[in-house]
Parts: sequence; structure tokens; C-alpha cells
Amino acid sequence: MFEHFDATLLARIQFAFTVSFHIIFPAFSIGLASYLAVLEGLYLWTKKPVYLELFDFWKTIFALAFGMGVVSGIVMSYQFGTNWSVFSDKAGPVIGPLMGYEVLSAFFLEAGFLGVMLFGRKRVGPGLHFFATLMVAFGTLMSATWILSVNSWMQTPAGFAMNNKGQFVPTDWWAVIFNPSFPYRFTHMVLAAYLTTALVVGAVGAWHLLRRTAPLRAGTMFSMAMGMIAVVAPIQIFAGDMHGLNTLEHQPTKVMAMEGHFESHPDGAPLILFGIPDQENQRIDYAVQIPKLSSLILKHDLNAPLNGLDTVARDKQPPVAVVFWSFRVMIALGFAMLGLGLFSLYCRFRGTLYQNAWLHRFALVMGPAGFVAVLAGWITTEVGRQPYTVYGHLLTADSISPISAPAVGASLVAFVIVYFLVFGAGTFYILRLMGRLPRDPEPHLGQGPIRSAGITPAPALAENHAKHGGAHHGA
Amino acid sequence: MELDFPFIWAAIIAFAVLAYVVLDGFDLGVGILFPFFPEKHDRDVMMNSVAPVWDGNETWLVLGGGGLLAVFPLAYATILPALYAPLIAMLLALIFRGVAFEYRWRTKRAEWLWNWAFAGGSTVAAFTQGVALGALVQGIPVANRAYSGGWWDWLTPFSIMTGFALLIGYALLGATWLVMRTTGELAERARWFSLVTAFGTVAAMGIVSLWTPFLKPEYLDRWFLYPGALFTVIVPLLVGAGLYGIVTGLQHKKDTRPFLCALGLFVLAYIGIGISFYPYIVPTSVTIWDAAAPDESLKFLLVGAAVLVPAILIYTSYAYWVFRGKIDPEEGYH
Repeated sequence: MFEHFDATLLARIQFAFTVSFHIIFPAFSIGLASYLAVLEGLYLWTKKPVYLELFDFWKTIFALAFGMGVVSGIVMSYQFGTNWSVFSDKAGPVIGPLMGYEVLSAFFLEAGFLGVMLFGRKRVGPGLHFFATLMVAFGTLMSATWILSVNSWMQTPAGFAMNNKGQFVPTDWWAVIFNPSFPYRFTHMVLAAYLTTALVVGAVGAWHLLRRTAPLRAGTMFSMAMGMIAVVAPIQIFAGDMHGLNTLEHQPTKVMAMEGHFESHPDGAPLILFGIPDQENQRIDYAVQIPKLSSLILKHDLNAPLNGLDTVARDKQPPVAVVFWSFRVMIALGFAMLGLGLFSLYCRFRGTLYQNAWLHRFALVMGPAGFVAVLAGWITTEVGRQPYTVYGHLLTADSISPISAPAVGASLVAFVIVYFLVFGAGTFYILRLMGRLPRDPEPHLGQGPIRSAGITPAPALAENHAKHGGAHHGA
Repeated sequence: MELDFPFIWAAIIAFAVLAYVVLDGFDLGVGILFPFFPEKHDRDVMMNSVAPVWDGNETWLVLGGGGLLAVFPLAYATILPALYAPLIAMLLALIFRGVAFEYRWRTKRAEWLWNWAFAGGSTVAAFTQGVALGALVQGIPVANRAYSGGWWDWLTPFSIMTGFALLIGYALLGATWLVMRTTGELAERARWFSLVTAFGTVAAMGIVSLWTPFLKPEYLDRWFLYPGALFTVIVPLLVGAGLYGIVTGLQHKKDTRPFLCALGLFVLAYIGIGISFYPYIVPTSVTIWDAAAPDESLKFLLVGAAVLVPAILIYTSYAYWVFRGKIDPEEGYH
């Protein structure tokens, strides 16, 4: 099997599959690490046990998500070499050191202090333990910084020259790291990670508020999450707009695909809300559009001219339909998040934040929205970069390893099976942990790193659920 | 003074790989020994003995891979395609092994499944790493900056042998780690496994050492001509001393000594491989200077490594220090 497939296409599918699975975990753990640091800091400051209880509740979930992020990340660090060896050889001198810095300044930091954070509170005391939590949170942000610099460089390469071996070689590290799209992409992604986490925390809080099991803890996390969303969602929309303008400046073709602009519009381009892109015939069918609005958004001028894909050779166009749709999914979810934030503000000022069941249901439904939006956003930017790996300089087709389709196909099948099995099980365990918030704080819950859920027999778990979490776990 | 940056970086990468081998070696070794300790309580203690540190240990593997991409991109771009199948198998095995640390505590009904994931993942990861090492030692052909061999070149009797050799070696590291960190009946069983795997490891080292020089004429010259021949004479003596240290440590209940001596055996084997390799990074096609990225890349990362690697060693040592000593079987981190 696979003899009749194209190795490049299979390798692209493999990369898309493994990186899509991977990004889910950092998107969650970047935000959750910061949230844990805030919870522990609030506990040390106020001494209110609710913060410590929430810390321990989310810490267990963090450990699972982080573990999945680590193992799926190692796959990424080797896949560059197994499937994209030509890209690695050519771009390695520029992006390799950035990834090296990611390992040295972020991965070791996270891993070194994670053990202390998860298991060491009794051994190191509260101050050092808080320090460990801060280091883990700082490590996740450092990791995001370096890897987004790498990705941004592939989108908007700068500070390099080519040597006689056909390699990209650095000439100005500052320009490489702070390449034109990096500040925008970094801001957009870190905010996305915070929003994703806030949506998950909010959904878990809403779930328990709806079930009325633990109003203090559920209400505290719900209130914190809704406050976060109300603040961050509008900032994110603004940051996304800035990122879009930056893309228009440096990767106009991607914006053409996002907007569905096959034609150039010399006197004001319409905003196409919906339509069916037909790349074969270079047109949008059934377009629903608002005249001149795209020019207003992108150029802040109703009549500004905007070029379309008719100015780009066919073989240099990205797959328009994918970019067009994924972009719309992201935008729609972004505005839904804004709606949730505004709704929560309304309820907060009315004093019904903890009572309004419709708000809770809305928050519950929005729980996975952050993940979907993150994936849609990454699909937009990565597919929009095609047909290049290093935008404008190295074609994807010229980046592939000299591998044959059966080898890539077989490993792809193995990855698909293993990922669905392993990460499916992990997601199930995370959801089950999220569903358990015992009614009464147990005496040892405030004591620290005892995670006794593992010795809870499954029937007792079911019983817990039946009794709305009344039983002692570990009984 | 003109610094030889590729050489410095070869030393750093070699250190990272050695750190990975010995550190994740004992984690994986604990997993390899898992099936031989059927008691649930023993397994809880075994897993807890490595739970706080395994993630940091595995990070050295990422540094080995990521560092290779950064400073020896040509080596990264030729070794990884050449070892495609064993590396994919290793990555998948490491996934099962890694998630088992968390999943095993989250379920009663499926605990058996994650026990197997832990043991099977550790065993397959160890074996495939050994196979990859053997395939590297026997040589990787390169033409036009790309791997030019076939998809099954890595699979030879020699690489199978090195696979088993590393499997036994990791089991030794795991067993001596358990001797150092546990008490009671568990530690007694670990002593017995330490003894068996110590002799097994030394035997495997002997076979691989006798086999290697006949793979390539370069290796033969290296080992039987001065100055390499000096090492050829000294190493068997040092290996004997290491084995003696393990056996006496086990006999006299000096519980730290067997682990340290097992580390010593690994360092000796590693230096031996290094002597065979040098100056190649892809034997015997690409030298470290051929494979190196331009000096601008090497210098830029070296600045960070000079500051960050010592810092990493300090806080990693601290993390080990926090969890030092014999594990109280009643405590359990989880």
C-alpha cells in the first residue's frame, strides 16, 4: 500500500496531524501554568484555602496535559529530520540555534521544576514550591517565545544570506529572532493560550455551578475565568487585526486567500462573508459580500486598491478553500468568545454571575472553543504559507527527505493509531478529573501533593458521580 | 586565538547524548524490569522512584536531537532518514512510556494496560536506541548531502546485537538505581537483577567490542595502532574494576556503589564508541567539520549553552537532591 501516493503529500499530512495534536497541549498548558502560579500566589497572599484547593485540582490536570505535550513534542523535534531532511539541512543553521535555545532555556526549566511542583511541596516548603511553579510557568512562556520565533522566521524570513551549499546562514541574529511577524504572532498565540485555558476553566466551573456541587470553588474559578475572557477576548480581536495587517504587508498572498479575493479590486475590495471558493476556476461562488469593507478593514480606506490572486501565479497560490474556511471558523469563535465575555460582564453587574444558568450553559458549550480556534488559526497561517516552507525562498516540494511513500505512509498510520489511542485515553482521564469536585473539602486536600485519585476504584468513582461527588475519594 | 567551534560543539552534543543515555537509561531500566516485579505495591514504588525526574532526563534526548539540527544540520539530515524505522518506533515507544507515568494513577480498570505501556514502551525504546546506535556505528552512506542507503540498511546482526546490549545495560542501570533508592524485599530482588545484568552487560560489551573493529578498517586501525591501542589495553581492566565494584557493593550493602559503577561502565563504553567514531559524526561519511553549521550559528548558541548548561546542571541536581534518599514505601508522591 501507499506506493501510489505522493511522499510529499503523505509527509505533509503526517506533519499536519502530529503538530495539530501537539499544539492542543501547549495551548492549554501555557495558560494553565500561569493560572496555577496565580492560584498559588493568591493562596500565599490571602491564605484562603479555596485557592489551594483549586491549585491542587488543576495541578493534577496540568500534569496529564503537560505529559502529553512532552511526548508529542519529542516527535516534532525528530520529524524535521526524518521527513524534512533537506529543509533541516538548509534551514538548520538559522532555526536550529533558536530551537536549541528553546531546549536550554525552556524545556529543561519546565522539566527540572515540574517534579518539585507536582511532588515536592512537603519537601521544599511553600516559598520554594511557589518558586518552582513560577519557573514552570516562565518556562512555558520561554518555550512559546522561541518556537514562535522559528515559525515566524519561516513566514517572514529576515537576517540571513545563502551560502554555497544552498544553506540559509544567519547574518543578523536580532533580525532573525525579531523577524517582522514575530511580535504579532507571539502576542496572538500567548493570548490564544490564555483564552483557551480560561474557556476550559470557565466551562469546568460552569459545569459544577450547574450541578450545584461545590459553589465556592466552582464559583471562584468561574468568576476568574469569565473575568479573564471579558478582558482578553477584545484584546485578542485587536491583536488579531494587527497580525492580519502585518500579514498583508509581508505575505499578501495569504491575505488574498483568507479574504477569498481571486480578483484584484482597484477601487475598494468587498468583504466576502461567505462563499464557496472555486480555485480551479479562480472564483468565489455564491458570495455574500459587503462592498468596500475589506479595503476599510485592511487599508482603513473605503476605496483603497487591493490586489487579488490574479496577480499570483497559479503554482504559487496556497490552497484557498482551506485558508478561507479555517479563517472564518477562527473569526466566528473569536466573536463568540467576546459575546461570552460581554454576557458575563452583564451578569456580573446584575449580580447573577453564579445564578444565570444560560450563562453557565453558554460557557460550558464554549469550553472547547479555544482549541478549535487555535487549530483553525494555525491552519490559516500554515496552509496560507504554502507552497513554501520558508516563505518566498524554499518550496515545500524541495524540502522533503529522500524517502519513499510506503515509509511515510506506514509511519503515518502508526502515528494516527497511537495518537488516537493514547491521547484519546488522556483526554478521557482529564475530562473525568474535571468532572470530579467533591462537595466537601477533605482534610488532606489542603496538605499538598497527595494524588489519591489513582487508588480510587472505578465503581467508587461512578458512585461519586451519582452522589454529586459526595464520597471521599480514596475510600 | 581561533577556537574550533565544531569540535567544542561535538563535545557538548556528546555530553548531552551521554547524559541522556545514563539518566533516561535508569528510567527505562526501571520500566524494563517492571514485568519481573508483579506486586502492585512494588510497582508503585518503582514508578515513584523516577516520576519526579524522568521528564528532565528525557529532555537531554531533545537537546541531542535539537542540538544536532542546530550545529550539525547535515548530520541531522542524514542520520535521521537513515534510521527512519527504529527512530519512529522509539518515538512511539517513548509516548507509551511517558504517558504511563500519569495515566497509570488515573484508572483502576485499565491499570494493566498502562503497566504494559510502561514496560513495553521502555523495552522497545531501549532496544531501538541500541539498534540505532549499532546502525550508526556500522556506517551510513551519504551522497549529495543526503542519505544514499536503503530503508533496511539499519537492520543487521550487529545492530540487533547492540539493541540487546543496550537493553541489558539499561536494565543494569535500572536495577542498581532501585538498589540505591528502595528498601526491603524490592531492594533484595533488585540486587539479584543487578548481579545478573552486570555480568550480562559486561558480556555484551565484550561481544560488541570484539565485533566493532571488524566492521570497518578505520576502526581496526584505531583500536590496534598507537595511541588507540593504549585504550584497548586499559579498558578491559577498568571494566573489570567496575564489575568488581558492583559485585562487592551488592555483597556489602553499599547501596550507592553499584549504581555509580554501572554509570562508570556506560562512560567507558561511550568513550570507546567515541574513539571509533572520531572525527566522524556520520561514520564514515561526514566529519564533524563537514557537518557543522557556519560559525555564526555555533557561536550564537554557544554563548547561551555556556551560561545555561551549568545552570541546568545546578537546578537538575537540586531537583534530584529534593527527592534524595530511600523512598518511604508508605509515602508515595502520588
